[in-house]
Amino acid sequence: MDIHYTGKDRILLIINYILLGLFVLAILLPLVYVVLSSFLTPNTLITKGFAITSSDWTLTGYAKILSNSAMIRGFFNAIFYSAAFAFATVLFSVFAAYPLAIEELVGKRSIMIFFLITMFFGGGLIPTYLVIKDLGMLNTVWAIILPGSISVFNIILAKTYFQGLPKELFQAASIDGASELSIFFKIVLPLSKPIIFVLALYAFVGQWNSYFDAMIYLDDPKLFPLQLVLRSILIQNQVQPGMIADAMAQAELKKLSEMIKYSAIVISSLPLIVMYPFFQKYFEKGVMVGSIK
Amino acid sequence: MLRNYILYLFLLPSIILTVIFKYVPMYGSIIAFKNFSPRKGILGSEWVGFEHFQRFLSSPNFYDILMNTLKLSAYGLILGFPVPIILALMLNLVRGAKFKKNIQLIVYAPNFISVVVVAGMLFVFLSPAGIVNALVTTFTGKPIAFMTDPAYFRTVYILSGIWQTAGWSSIIYVATLANVDPQLHDAATIDGASLMKRIFHIDLPALKPVMAVLFILAAGGIMSIGYEKAYLMQTALNTPTSEIIATYVYKVGLQSGDYAYSTAIGLFNSVINVFLLIFVNTVVKKLNEGEGLY
Repeated sequence: MDIHYTGKDRILLIINYILLGLFVLAILLPLVYVVLSSFLTPNTLITKGFAITSSDWTLTGYAKILSNSAMIRGFFNAIFYSAAFAFATVLFSVFAAYPLAIEELVGKRSIMIFFLITMFFGGGLIPTYLVIKDLGMLNTVWAIILPGSISVFNIILAKTYFQGLPKELFQAASIDGASELSIFFKIVLPLSKPIIFVLALYAFVGQWNSYFDAMIYLDDPKLFPLQLVLRSILIQNQVQPGMIADAMAQAELKKLSEMIKYSAIVISSLPLIVMYPFFQKYFEKGVMVGSIK
Repeated sequence: MLRNYILYLFLLPSIILTVIFKYVPMYGSIIAFKNFSPRKGILGSEWVGFEHFQRFLSSPNFYDILMNTLKLSAYGLILGFPVPIILALMLNLVRGAKFKKNIQLIVYAPNFISVVVVAGMLFVFLSPAGIVNALVTTFTGKPIAFMTDPAYFRTVYILSGIWQTAGWSSIIYVATLANVDPQLHDAATIDGASLMKRIFHIDLPALKPVMAVLFILAAGGIMSIGYEKAYLMQTALNTPTSEIIATYVYKVGLQSGDYAYSTAIGLFNSVINVFLLIFVNTVVKKLNEGEGLY
């Protein structure tokens, strides 16, 4: 397709590229600034802005962050929560979606409505909190992993995928005498790697970035995920004890804490930003499948 | 049917969890109408009718909190909704698949940054000693207290929201545009239609159904805006504009322990939400030749 552009069209195209360029810059500049700042000495940051001489560069911020036990523990907690949450999400979504994708299942409609209702009505913050409290799940990893892992949206996503699989395969297997179990494990699951991957990826990223559930349900700092530790550093300005020597002057402390913030932002965002280009097409696929309903 | 019992077993875990974590809390929200005491339990606590609702409606900060919630969402919707559409139209004009992919890669990226980090970045950038104020000071001579002055809360909240999500939200529009039959464009070009004309008469109409659905969904959630970010961005000084229903529910309920009152406020919020969803759907249906969400 080769469209002929008139002079007016060319101007529009040029304006388009300029505006897009500005948008891209608006996205990139803050990110680049954070990354650069995380490598600069506190003094440079405050007095000179950016500097090019080698003496202005430092890894102190990273050293402080990486030697901080709360941060490290938060990092590993976040990995654990995210992986466990992704596993639970895939497990519940796939097992619930498969029967619902089968046309003949008796009561399919009612069960679907049963799930769908939760999309429009919710118990709200406090009643949910009270249930989790009554179950004795406060201050346990279960409060982070279980309640959110069952989502109607994911069930619909997986159901749509299963419905798209060729029916003839199941019918043939069924005629050959395969049980429902072996059809599911030997035929359906191997064909469902893409949707499993998409669900897991979304769940992992969502959990990695979340802090609110952990803030509500967890008291023990040992259980805190990364985002909650970050919140105390970035928002509440609580530089963790041990990060800065007591003797240091108040002013130094303030400068250093600014620097620690930049490093903390970079370290916590790095895993996702690094893996995201490789998984971009899966993320897009997830959005598209989700939009079909 | 009997052969299928295994299928029902597949469904069982999800059904049990849904009952426990969704339906039991729904039942639990009746404490909004009770004088709830944890000792007596949900059933044992005595009924008080609409007392908690009346207390909220007549509380001195009711009007402010309600208006803050509505304004923050409405402005967010009005300003934020068109941006992904415009971005998608702009991306659609980019020639070269590789180049386009690279731009998309960049504009999607902020979606993968957590709200904690985004709020943290706002605090460092917009603090009186931050980079933005370094620029502001050069021009005006004095810094602006973006994060503590109530006058700036909404602007900062909405603009940073657009920064974070506009790219990602454009995906669905980009995909819809990719499915537009190129022959339509060819034919229009032969008929002498300019690029602008083609955008308005071919591309935009193609996006209309998706726009309608997404608009209804966004408007239906107007009361349930991202309180996680609002809560993070809240400072002691900016509460006159940053206190919204969701942050208030959290404070009253979990920080002060007033469970029943907090639940009543949450319920009030949901009820308005449902009405908004129905209202917007009706309006969009009228404008969109009978096509709505339901």
